[in-house]
Amino acid sequence: MVRGPVGEVTRPTGPGRLGAEADAAGPAVAASGRRRRVRRAYAWFLVPALALYSFVVLLPSVQGATFAFTDWDGLNPTRHFIGLANFRQMLEDPAARGALRQTLVIAAAVTVVQNAVGLLLALGVHSRIKSRNVLRVLLFAPAVMTPVVTAALWKYMLAPEGALNGLIAAVGPDSWQQNWLGDPTLALCSVAGVVVWQFAGYSMVIFLAGLQGIPQEVYEAAAVDGASGWQRFRHVVLPLLAPATTINLMLSVIGGLKLFDQVWVMTQGGPGTATETLSTLIYKNAFQLDEYAYSVALAIVLTVFVAVISGGQYRLLHRGGEAAR
Amino acid sequence: MNRYGPRTLLREIIMIAVAAVVAFPLYVLVNLSLRDPRDGSSVIAPTTSPTLRNYADAWREAGLAGAIVNSVVVTVLSVAVIVIVSAMAAYPLARITARWSRWAFLLVMLGLLLPFQLALLPLYQTIRDLGLLGTLWSLVLFYSGLQVPFATFLYVGFLRAVPREYEEAALIDGAGPVQVFWRVVFPLLRPVTGTVVILNAILVWNDFLTPFLYLSGSDQQTIPVAIYGFIGQFVSQWNLVFAGLVIAMLPILVGYFLMQRHIIKGFAGGLKG
Repeated sequence: MVRGPVGEVTRPTGPGRLGAEADAAGPAVAASGRRRRVRRAYAWFLVPALALYSFVVLLPSVQGATFAFTDWDGLNPTRHFIGLANFRQMLEDPAARGALRQTLVIAAAVTVVQNAVGLLLALGVHSRIKSRNVLRVLLFAPAVMTPVVTAALWKYMLAPEGALNGLIAAVGPDSWQQNWLGDPTLALCSVAGVVVWQFAGYSMVIFLAGLQGIPQEVYEAAAVDGASGWQRFRHVVLPLLAPATTINLMLSVIGGLKLFDQVWVMTQGGPGTATETLSTLIYKNAFQLDEYAYSVALAIVLTVFVAVISGGQYRLLHRGGEAAR
Repeated sequence: MNRYGPRTLLREIIMIAVAAVVAFPLYVLVNLSLRDPRDGSSVIAPTTSPTLRNYADAWREAGLAGAIVNSVVVTVLSVAVIVIVSAMAAYPLARITARWSRWAFLLVMLGLLLPFQLALLPLYQTIRDLGLLGTLWSLVLFYSGLQVPFATFLYVGFLRAVPREYEEAALIDGAGPVQVFWRVVFPLLRPVTGTVVILNAILVWNDFLTPFLYLSGSDQQTIPVAIYGFIGQFVSQWNLVFAGLVIAMLPILVGYFLMQRHIIKGFAGGLKG
């Protein structure tokens, strides 16, 4: 009897295998041949996806990685290999260093605040309150809105003559009024605040799914054991939320590192370079300054940061989650 | 803990206050969009004599009619392609354990890690060289390829939990592989297809940078691009701009409120994998 690769026939309960029972049914050699044909037919199912994925993601990424080591401006037909010069230039370029710093600050701020707020909101709507269903829908609504639209709305809210200062004028001292987006020391915080406003509901929904997955008996057991509300939260709820926390932190870190739309609409990286992020700098270098190769080099740095930070975070949290169990 | 006591009431009040803070910008948005530009009263006060003039002007000036059609076309086509190719690809990846299949799976999952910024510029040049800049096809092509990894990831995760008995039975009954997939397997994937559709539709609908690049200089626009141009053109005419923003927001908000249960479940559940 013709057998497939060794690993394939010796593992009886691998997750779903075509042709597994070719062995069980001894005389079914013809069936086994048919199975192989079926399997070959299914291999073709991969082709459209792989073709699209290669064309849009894989090949251009490889291309991008190679352009980063050249001096190409994106227009000139010639280009030269210049080694690591683009990366060395980055180390000395205050714009790049500033953008990297701002990108990390905004990603960290958004991650911490968005998830803290999201968790509090989830705890708030995961209770007996009567408005919980309405609030859930309302609080998540900003997350489905177009970032360009919400950013335009906030650009007005935060303008010197805008609604936020108008509100402050109505209730508080005038000195609290600020030029939220025009003041270089405040602008980055304001942008981060807008992102948190939009996506805290997103974190909430994921935490809420985690909370709903905790069986009622677990709370009751902890209560019977005399655990206080805080102890129950700290030692029972939080460890059981580890999967939701992992997903939330990954999503907000990646989103924060890649942030573009909101910055572009509200400040275009300004005032000065106060809110420049890697994504806006990549865009400017490629499409406004014709520094194509340099821009791709910046994109590689962004890639590395996304991969290292989200990968490291995943491993750390995964281990944490395992230890908690 | 199970009764509606004073603490629950306190919690209810706090949560409603928080929701009011979250909703405040949206109140301002609608309030000002209904207001005559000459009305100088406080932005917080409800507009006394609401008018729809701003809406009529914004509709005329922003070119939103064409943009909405384009957004619908791009979203529908992209999501359809994503669903079809990813569901198909996931099937052999989930069912065949040969070494090439595992490698192919890892190769596809690599795409979850690569930020699109890396591929953005080389792909832009390829699209330009193919003469596809300024066409909606460039966007459909982009999203279809970009979202293959995530959609395939969701489908594979789901498929691994689907028993094989139905497919086996259909094969024994003499159905061909293509028939088995589309008639037997694909209908079983309906829950995860719902998630894939929701997550991708919202992503495609809201995306700004891609159409901003690929459609710039052409007369084609999607909603985010149209709105971006519109706010640039009427910078300080906030009543007009806000009417435009409301119109731009309306399709997705209506869709959201009609299907909120499914959408929230899609966002919460699709990411559990």
